[in-house]
Amino acid sequence: MTAGAVSGSAAPVVELRGITKRFGDLVANDRVDFDVGRGEVHALLGENGAGKTTLMRIVYGLTHPDAGQILVGGRPVAIRSPKDAIAAGIGMVTQHFSLVRPMTVAENVVLGRTGGIRLEMAAAAARVAEASERLGIRVDPGAVVAELSVGEQQRVEILKALARDCRVLILDEPTAVLVPQEVEALFATLRRLLDEGLSVVFISHKLGEVRAISDRVSVLRRGVMVGTVEGSTDERELARMMVGRPMLGIRRTERAGAGPPSTPALSVRDLGAAGVHGLPALVDLSFDVQPGEILGVAGVSGNGQTELVGVLSGMRHPSGGSIVVDGVELAGASPRRLMAAGIGRIPEDRHASLIPDLSVAYNLAIERLDDFRRGGLLDEPAIREHAEQLIARFAIRARPDDRVATLSGGNIQKVLLARVLSRDPRVLVVAQPTRGLDVGATEYVRSELLARRAAGTAVLLVSEDLDELLALADRLIVLYEGRIVGEMRAGDADPEQLGMLMAGRGRAA
Amino acid sequence: MALFRPASWTGPRRSILSPWSSPALVVLAVLITFVLTAGPILLAGANPIAAYVEFLVVPVTSGFTAIEVLVSATPILFTGAAVAIAFRAGYWNIGAEGQLLLGAIAGAGVGILVGGLPAIVALPAMVAAGALAGAAWALVPALLRVRFGIDEVVTTLLLNPVALLVVNGLLHGPWRDPVTGFPESPRIAAAAEFPALLPGSRLHLGFVIAMAVVAAAWFVLARTPAGLRLRAVGLSPHGARFAGIDVSGTLLRAALVSGAVAGIAGVSEVAGIQYRLTGGLSPGYGYTGIVVATLGALSMPGVALAALFLGDLTVGASSAARALGIPSQLGAVTQGVLLLTTVGLLALRRNRLTRGIEIGGETVAGDVAAGGLPSAATAISEEGEVEQE
Repeated sequence: MTAGAVSGSAAPVVELRGITKRFGDLVANDRVDFDVGRGEVHALLGENGAGKTTLMRIVYGLTHPDAGQILVGGRPVAIRSPKDAIAAGIGMVTQHFSLVRPMTVAENVVLGRTGGIRLEMAAAAARVAEASERLGIRVDPGAVVAELSVGEQQRVEILKALARDCRVLILDEPTAVLVPQEVEALFATLRRLLDEGLSVVFISHKLGEVRAISDRVSVLRRGVMVGTVEGSTDERELARMMVGRPMLGIRRTERAGAGPPSTPALSVRDLGAAGVHGLPALVDLSFDVQPGEILGVAGVSGNGQTELVGVLSGMRHPSGGSIVVDGVELAGASPRRLMAAGIGRIPEDRHASLIPDLSVAYNLAIERLDDFRRGGLLDEPAIREHAEQLIARFAIRARPDDRVATLSGGNIQKVLLARVLSRDPRVLVVAQPTRGLDVGATEYVRSELLARRAAGTAVLLVSEDLDELLALADRLIVLYEGRIVGEMRAGDADPEQLGMLMAGRGRAA
Repeated sequence: MALFRPASWTGPRRSILSPWSSPALVVLAVLITFVLTAGPILLAGANPIAAYVEFLVVPVTSGFTAIEVLVSATPILFTGAAVAIAFRAGYWNIGAEGQLLLGAIAGAGVGILVGGLPAIVALPAMVAAGALAGAAWALVPALLRVRFGIDEVVTTLLLNPVALLVVNGLLHGPWRDPVTGFPESPRIAAAAEFPALLPGSRLHLGFVIAMAVVAAAWFVLARTPAGLRLRAVGLSPHGARFAGIDVSGTLLRAALVSGAVAGIAGVSEVAGIQYRLTGGLSPGYGYTGIVVATLGALSMPGVALAALFLGDLTVGASSAARALGIPSQLGAVTQGVLLLTTVGLLALRRNRLTRGIEIGGETVAGDVAAGGLPSAATAISEEGEVEQE
């Protein structure tokens, strides 16, 4: 990596040395060093799954590192819980707020810090009002949290952290839930606080914001610290650090006979869907997938992918638009109708898509129990035989009677894959098919998808793994804030350009 | 009451095979209960060991009391099965008490009217009427749940005292006994009385029907597509919906069947014990059904064992009251402590197993905090494996 180390101010307020954290086989943080100085914004940039949040959860005591050291004010400290972190002057505002919604702002701020028996609410409210005034964080202490906007709730969270004398504030993707004006207001607040000596760790994957607020930027990729650069570093350079990497191990295979488009197997027009907080998650999405084609959907998570897969799986109602398979309109159809129309669905949350406490055999049969009945009863021998066949064909390491919950992630994915592919779907909707899988299972799943493509299935592949998309997809679309911001042939895609699109910077040329 | 919500409701949950089997857990719960209830028994001036012998052993040492155990077990076999059926689907029917009362009203009404008919017609008519009435009482909360997402724990619970008001309204109004003037309905026709199974005993046809209901419920749950769908919905509503199962319809049907079974419990008490509708028909059989279902780990064989065990305890409590001079309410106290201990142990088991296990940085322990009683899911899966063999 060309990025040289840039040192911060003289004495870091918080410093991490050699933090390592494993989840099973996955190394979320691999000997990561990080520090933040007084009055500084140090951004932590990286794709989803790069290990940013894990690193900060470690600092805040929510997760415990396997190795490494945390120093506060130059002294090593043991942070076993958020309580220790708060005592060390570290505050964190997570993406999901921890506010008591029916309570007022003042009550939320003083919650957990109420000593003694009597609660002097009036005095507390006055203190909150005073702090709110002094810090320039405008919120009404008497307002009920549930009635505040998301941006205001975030201000309450910040106020809460500051009220506990935090000197280092960790903001985990603080802008993900904000509208642009709220982002501006947040930055204005942060700048004022920085002047007072607060240090901020700013977790994000949006390049524009990172450059706007940060003094330094550190980039994590797959748990490894790629480098630390000045906040003014060129966006292209940051994008390259974040996603640009040599292709690892996977060779592209061009689609056989990729001729002119025939009739699309899946045709989506003007599709819309609502997301959390009622904001639109999908905006007028239109695309086609041809038989025998893999259309890759790139994007940082939270840009509409979950909603898109939810709608195509029949688990979420679209707010408008159409979904057509073989001339049949399917927008808003039930899972049963979608399956009957030939859509196979493999969403990112495998556990929730199966019934983990039932056996492998039942899970493989449950989509079509009508085919496994004899005289009104379950045809147990047929269910078992069906399971044994699929277990053999998909190399699932499990017995028919094993509960799915007891299987490894790779085998759970294979169960879902087997259930879907054994029905020969015309259209396959797949999300994050290899996330969390080991190398062998990853290879297997990818080869199955390619085999499906060869057999003429139209595959919509949603993935945050750019390598995977570049290796498997024929065409790519990029989602950003629920819109398609770029479309290209995968063979022509350039990781740097993709990174820019994914981070919301500009459209494809 | 949110106590009974399984962890799976709060989101995807990773199940962990339990090192303690549920039977061992129930035995431990019984032992802890005895230790905890020793205090009140001592206060009542009795030897706790002697009291437990009276509670548990004495009832089964004579033919007469052993039969009384079966009589006591009959209504809670029905309500235990009713509750377990609903809970297995993830529908938290706390309203078996009210459904039982409605079944009793319908059973008594039909029983009074069928004077001239033979028993072969009268009895099925009563049972059908009771089942329909119980299901009807269960219908509104079930519809509110599947249509509008209104919590059935609250609605089914709140309908229980309403059902009791209906009973009392009838007994103080149109059905007041014309002869005695007591707030009791007229006696049902002779043809509508459940025949005794043994001459001279109180054991009646209701016990056979209850065992048949439990066996049928076991068979349907274990062996039919509908039963598998119901279990799937209870174990993972999201996964079931994803697999194309009609989750709302399944919940609705489970609620109605549950109400119907509870309704038959009412018929059984009217036609087998009281021979009329009375205000004191049910000393909370519907609520005891929740205890039975929980102790039985929501499995039908478990429900049968738990109902017999509590029947034993009920008969034992009254014999202990006579023999040792302690209040018979100590039996109810023991039942209550037993339920709390079992629920506590189940929560503890789940909590100890999941605390600190991290999945992608999220701890499952949070599910426990929100979940409370995950007994259903764990126990069912254990039974599910048995069923496949």
